[in-house]
Amino acid sequence: MSHDTLNPEVMPSEPEKATLEGKNKFLGFWFFLGGETVLFASLFGTYLALRNSNNGGPTSEELFGLELVFVMTMLLLTSSLTSVYAMYHMKNNDFRKMQIWLGITVALGLGFLGFEIYEFYHYIHHYEFTFRSSAFGSAFYTLVGFHGGHVLFGLLWIITIMARNAKRGLNLYNAPKFYIASLYWHFIDVVWVFIFTVVYLMGVI
Amino acid sequence: MSTTTAQRTGFGAVLWDYLTTVDHKKIGILYLISGGFFFLIGGLEAMAIRIQLIKPENDFVSAGFYNEILTMHGTTMIFLAAMPLIFALMNAVVPLQIGARDVAFPFLNSLGFWLFLFGGLLLNASWFLGGAPDAGWTAYAPLSTTSPGHGVDFYILGLQISGAGTLIAGINFLVTIVNMRAPGMTYMRLPLFTWTTFVVSALILFAFPALTVGLFLLMFDRLFGSGFFNANMGGNSVIWEHLFWIFGHPEVYILILPAFGVFSEVLPTFAKKRLFGYTAMVFATVLIGFLGFMVWAHHMFTVGLGPAANSIFAVATMAIAVPTGIKIFNWLFTLWGGNIQINSAMLWSLSFIPTFTLGGMTGVMLAAAAADYQYHDTYFVVAHFHYVIVGGVVFGIFAGLHYWWPRMFGKILNETLGKITFWTFFIGFHLTFFIQHFLGLMGMPRRYWVFLADQGLDTGNFISTIGAFLMAVGTIVFLINVIVTTSKGEKVSGDPWDGRTLEWAIPNPTPHYNFKQTPLVRGLDALWVEKTEGRKEMTPAEPLDDIHMPNASILPFIMSLGLFIAGFGFIYQIDNISWLLAVFIGMGITLGAMFVRSVKDDLGHHIHKEDLDKGAGL
Ligand SMILES: [Cu+2]
Repeated sequence: MSHDTLNPEVMPSEPEKATLEGKNKFLGFWFFLGGETVLFASLFGTYLALRNSNNGGPTSEELFGLELVFVMTMLLLTSSLTSVYAMYHMKNNDFRKMQIWLGITVALGLGFLGFEIYEFYHYIHHYEFTFRSSAFGSAFYTLVGFHGGHVLFGLLWIITIMARNAKRGLNLYNAPKFYIASLYWHFIDVVWVFIFTVVYLMGVI
Repeated sequence: MSTTTAQRTGFGAVLWDYLTTVDHKKIGILYLISGGFFFLIGGLEAMAIRIQLIKPENDFVSAGFYNEILTMHGTTMIFLAAMPLIFALMNAVVPLQIGARDVAFPFLNSLGFWLFLFGGLLLNASWFLGGAPDAGWTAYAPLSTTSPGHGVDFYILGLQISGAGTLIAGINFLVTIVNMRAPGMTYMRLPLFTWTTFVVSALILFAFPALTVGLFLLMFDRLFGSGFFNANMGGNSVIWEHLFWIFGHPEVYILILPAFGVFSEVLPTFAKKRLFGYTAMVFATVLIGFLGFMVWAHHMFTVGLGPAANSIFAVATMAIAVPTGIKIFNWLFTLWGGNIQINSAMLWSLSFIPTFTLGGMTGVMLAAAAADYQYHDTYFVVAHFHYVIVGGVVFGIFAGLHYWWPRMFGKILNETLGKITFWTFFIGFHLTFFIQHFLGLMGMPRRYWVFLADQGLDTGNFISTIGAFLMAVGTIVFLINVIVTTSKGEKVSGDPWDGRTLEWAIPNPTPHYNFKQTPLVRGLDALWVEKTEGRKEMTPAEPLDDIHMPNASILPFIMSLGLFIAGFGFIYQIDNISWLLAVFIGMGITLGAMFVRSVKDDLGHHIHKEDLDKGAGL
């Protein structure tokens, strides 16, 4: 009987919150993001305390170039927008369009991650600026790396649920899963806006 | 899968049942057993500390070993004993108090438990692998970053894993209390224990990530060559203190608020009166939780943050005495004019009030920043936090266990043995710690291995150790009580105390599905409302129907085991790079189990209404 209730004739307008399990997931994930906020706030605080402790190594002014970071920001901001489109199509019960927009989101995320790896490679090979070169280096790679790790995890997560549900389409069991994955993606985007401001903009001014 | 009428027997079946269970009642029992086990280990460590300090310049243990048992006593008692014992009570009671059939995330509930247990085992494995952590439970840098051996590494990885479990448990209870309440169970009808669980879960959610980050930074410094706390690389060790106490101060409220909740259940039940000032109690709880985040620097008065910062944190700290005082008076007024029945649960609750008030008073003394320069790092501080943590949390756990034992196990703990436990433990506690206030004021520093003779410290330390032995006797009698009650105790009704709240509206033993029909809540003290109107049980809010229940799963155990293996890999890769293999294997197991969880549908099962009368799910 549970399969019937999860595949109703007419999908509700908010399929992610139509079941108790969905409501629980939705609320629980918001709470989780609250905890994640404290996690990143702690990392930001640490970074702010140590950002001038370059220990004779390269300073943030010497390292950061805003062009690359601007492109990365655009990629991630756009990916947040495309995931909104995906959720819009989920609410219209248009599974195919949702998958397409999620696919674009993943592609943009991969682009971001590629640039970030290039950025780290560049710092390490041209400036010998590493995780171990100074407290500033440790704080920089930890904060930005934690964010990058979140991006990677989010990509693997979205790809997994896209592949898992590719054949069977949308139902009330997997709609909350898509929805909270997109929430996670927005959160990653918001954190990046703060990284862009606090690390890069404040770092070159 | 649809019914669970088949009787499972045999040790293997029971073991498998508990390894895979997602039932909050069984998870509560798992928390109780493991928390109790770690409480005994932490108690043994405490005894070793007190025996070492029984006389001047004693050599019962070596200086290095003393540092290890001291560190592990604090760490074990806070993270591996007090927290899980509180989670045991929460799991056993909260879903019942709100009229729910389970928690919001039964799978995560199980995961939270196994992460805690494997984290605790990893931490304690250090005893057998070259020595335990020795930098104090606060692990201040640079002492912790330079401590030789792997002890502190076990501290970092063990707490990281068990801390993740705690965070998960916190989110689970938050969502459970918001979304799973029975019809009519409004927020202002929630029993106080559920309210404190709610506030505590929010504290966990916002406090533990700070510890997570602190532990990561410490791990990077020790194991991967970063320089967060290393002044030679431009690092700053005070960052650790901030992160630790941003977590650490809310942590003490995470521990004490559920105990407040227990007393707020026990006192009305045995005074036969409703809780005095329910609304004030709720707001005091929320206020304490809120203020708990504003005061962390009172642990850092002597760091040199400056007079402005010290004054602000001093005033904020003293402000917490106001909501706490509200609670103390409300408990007293609950007792006032009540039809008081004295039993073990009540003895622990009554003795808590003066004991905790003493601890609160020394707390206000310590909050005076200028005076704190004198108290800091002396036995005065040791006495203070044992008065609030033993006199508050441990008393609360004992009260809660006596009160809810019939709900958890169907039998009432033996009263004679319960009273022997109480009096030996209570007298032993005050003998141990009251004198320590004066030892501290006379200048005895905390954490020292030995003290010198003829400095006025001999008698006080001797008395303190005698008291510790009395507490040990009390604990042993309690263990005997558990064994005697389990083997000889008589089964009682589902409502042995003439209770007021929903958990007493259920037959004994509690059915797997808790409530056959979800109850309709019509007021504060839901069951009492029905009783005053002459009914014996709750009015159902729904017709009898099929009951949806979650499926058991071994995945939480496997995920936690994977992190346990990876933990060893992280610790030893610094000696030998091939240990990275253990990291990859362990993380592979965990991520693989997460992948399986993500792609394999878990829709739960139904107990059919026709089978309910045949005893399905009992
Ligand atoms: Cu504090």
